[in-house]
Amino acid sequence: MAGFRGAGRGATARFAAGEAAIIRSLVSQVAELVGGGAELAETGSGDASPGDSARPGLADEAPGADRDGADRDGPAGDRAAADDLAAQLGLTDDSELPADPILARLLPDAYADDPQASGEFRRYTELSLRSGKVAAAQTVLATLPAHGGRVRLSEPEAQAWLRALNDVRLSLGVILSVTDDFEDQLAGMPEDDPRAAYVGVYQWLAALQDSLVGALS
Amino acid sequence: MSVAPAEVQRPETDQDAVLDSPWVTIVWNDPVNLMSYVTYVFRTVFGYAKPKAEKLMLDVHHKGKAVVSSGAREAMERDAETLHGYGLWATVSHDS
Repeated sequence: MAGFRGAGRGATARFAAGEAAIIRSLVSQVAELVGGGAELAETGSGDASPGDSARPGLADEAPGADRDGADRDGPAGDRAAADDLAAQLGLTDDSELPADPILARLLPDAYADDPQASGEFRRYTELSLRSGKVAAAQTVLATLPAHGGRVRLSEPEAQAWLRALNDVRLSLGVILSVTDDFEDQLAGMPEDDPRAAYVGVYQWLAALQDSLVGALS
Repeated sequence: MSVAPAEVQRPETDQDAVLDSPWVTIVWNDPVNLMSYVTYVFRTVFGYAKPKAEKLMLDVHHKGKAVVSSGAREAMERDAETLHGYGLWATVSHDS
């Protein structure tokens, strides 16, 4: 994989159709998870080629996944008005670490040993953190053609790519239970290990992200 | 009430900031985040020169965590929020 190289203040890379499909699929899934499923508008480059069942899936594979947001569907009356107001103010009702381990990693506590302070911080920041991650994902979807090809990114677009690729890698890291001695574990991982399908993608995305950092440095 | 000291020494602002607002932002080690990316984030978010950003990244990597900024609590919360946006595992702490 050639990866990114610098172009002006931005970066450029060429992607095969299969590579583009994998990136678009994973970035979309993370955005749906983080955005609660409602905020992601597919824009720009056409369909994300759903239906490839061999492609790794995130949300339905996360250990202990507990679909956040289901309890917020269909609020009625005063409740809806209050939610609208809260949304305008950038507040959320969420004050606890998400039960979903992927969301817990992407939206971590800000205080290591002060749940009350963490809750207050979350209440004031989580909505903008979530929308920032969704926006980064949307930048990837808008700049990466569904069928691959040349991608040219401005510096802000490249930074959005870095954040979105990192969120995907963090999510895969949760699924793969990546630890500091992960490379050693890989050597002993049997071919029929259910995590094996993700490992190649995880390592490829690491190289891709590293090339993008290098292109911007 | 207190009496003003006869000699007034001009305070050093950096020291003052630390004494007045002993809050810090800590970044914790994470097996997923790339070393090159963490260094890039420190340079981009804090404007640190490459040597300082690399030293902080290596501190995180080898010691498990590093203080990446210090100041008023509100500023540290902004730093933590920004770092969460980049996917780094950051917390705010009272440096006492």
